[in-house]
Amino acid sequence: MSPSKTHCIFILSSRKVNIMLSFISSLPGPIAQGIIWGIMAMGVYVTFRILDIADLTVDGSMATGGVTLVMLVTGGMHVGLAVLIAFLVGCLAGLITGIFHTKFGIPAILAGILTQLMLYSVNLRITGQRANVPMSVDKYNILLSLRNLTGAIIVSAIFAGAIIAVMYWFFGTELGHSLRATGCNQNMARANGINTDTNKIIGLILSNGMVALSGALLAQYQGFADVNMGRGAIVIGLAAVIIGEVLLGKIFKNFALKLLSAVIGGIIYYIVITLVLQAGLNANDLKMFSALVVAVFLGIPYWQRQIAAKRAAKEVDG
Amino acid sequence: MLKVNNVYKTFNKGTVNEKRALNGVDLELKAGDFVTIIGGNGAGKSTLLNSICGVFTVDRGSIVIDGVDVTKLPEHKRAKYLGRVFQDPMMGTAADMWIEENMSLALRRGKVRGLKWAITNKERAMYKEMLSHLGLGLENRLSSKVGLLSGGQRQALTLLMAVMQKPKLLLLDEHTAALDPKTAETVLSLSEKFIAEESLTAMMITHNMNDAITHGNRLIMMNDGKIIYSASGEEKKKLTVDDLLKKFADLSGSALANDRMLLSK
Repeated sequence: MSPSKTHCIFILSSRKVNIMLSFISSLPGPIAQGIIWGIMAMGVYVTFRILDIADLTVDGSMATGGVTLVMLVTGGMHVGLAVLIAFLVGCLAGLITGIFHTKFGIPAILAGILTQLMLYSVNLRITGQRANVPMSVDKYNILLSLRNLTGAIIVSAIFAGAIIAVMYWFFGTELGHSLRATGCNQNMARANGINTDTNKIIGLILSNGMVALSGALLAQYQGFADVNMGRGAIVIGLAAVIIGEVLLGKIFKNFALKLLSAVIGGIIYYIVITLVLQAGLNANDLKMFSALVVAVFLGIPYWQRQIAAKRAAKEVDG
Repeated sequence: MLKVNNVYKTFNKGTVNEKRALNGVDLELKAGDFVTIIGGNGAGKSTLLNSICGVFTVDRGSIVIDGVDVTKLPEHKRAKYLGRVFQDPMMGTAADMWIEENMSLALRRGKVRGLKWAITNKERAMYKEMLSHLGLGLENRLSSKVGLLSGGQRQALTLLMAVMQKPKLLLLDEHTAALDPKTAETVLSLSEKFIAEESLTAMMITHNMNDAITHGNRLIMMNDGKIIYSASGEEKKKLTVDDLLKKFADLSGSALANDRMLLSK
């Protein structure tokens, strides 16, 4: 081998190592973001998987959580109380969707879209008609920030862990069981004396509370809230849920672990996003990328069934 | 125990699909009565049971269960009085939940569901004991998803769930129709056993005229949303399938042209 060739290989491999190193050093960011969005994904899990409702309210309630927190904290409120209030405002958004769905008889998807649209106006009211409200980590005493990624990971992981624990407890109670039955078989639920309408409202309240809480954490992490910060949130939430299920569904059977897999799904989603951005994907094309990923993953089980049906038909013919 | 007074129900009123499903039904059941219901397709048998359950509200008339007027109560509030088994074995249980979870849901029928733990160890032992009486080997599968069970197992479980919290009225809507003959026989004899042991008041829709004659102490025949014939006691015991076919032809002016019923003759 000629000296120039070895030189060449050395340069190549050192470039690879550099890319590798820059990727690893960029990991804490996506991990923190992934956990924060994982909390949102657990909210989506409650409606999408447990209640069997695709709730689009979340695109609005994510931003509501964020702007509520920023306005309260910059207004001088203690951050802990502000997070709690952001959670409660999210619950309220879920209540409205629940009432649209059960008392107005509007299909769940449309009910969610209506609330989402309402929330756009509400969010602008909260911010005082500003699209974007900043909150500097230097000025305010907040729980997490992207300036301190280790801290951000720890704080968001504590929130995620606490939510998993509370959800695990709640869905193990009599009321929690009745929610699961409502999502699984409404006829059976009603025949056993369960008020399915009330249960759907409770589920939507819980889900949007969690989503708003995630928005409140995200606003702190990025140091601002934006009325558009929830656009496409449902897609990211679904992506996290589905990635978690595809990768871990076979091993994670316990309910707490299923919730955890949504958080892990969120982390993997953000790591993949970081990779494709580093590989040169235009950031503006990200939403297209996310939507396609979710469409494909939602399609896989359907295609698997179709292939199985075709095979079965062939066996009968043969 | 049950009073159905002059009940009317029309579906899709004012459209080309208008269907008078119940056309003035009167029925009174005493405690411990077990009535079998027969009739052709669209006679109003299931509509009658569903109107008692509150799946929809009736247009006219009233429904009283054990002295309580339930005519205007929503379905989930009437559930505390009623045990139900549906024709479709998938309908009576939650497929994604475990056997013990399904049973704990049924045990709390008509009770307030709070934030207490959904299943206690004491209950678990009780469920095991109850399941062992079904003789289907389900007592060792408490934490199996109900979706993994066969249709017959699911129907037997639904039946157990319907009676474990003693109902004022047990409603069986062709609950063996979707099962193979042998399994149907098992589920039917289990039904008979539960009704006798707990002296339940029960209504059973069936397309099998032999079953309608051999089970229960009363029989009613429906046609066009009305009860056209009713028999009880000795009169019912003496009935034959041919009697029933003749009665139907005389009273309705048409033959009981239902293949399923003729096949099961």
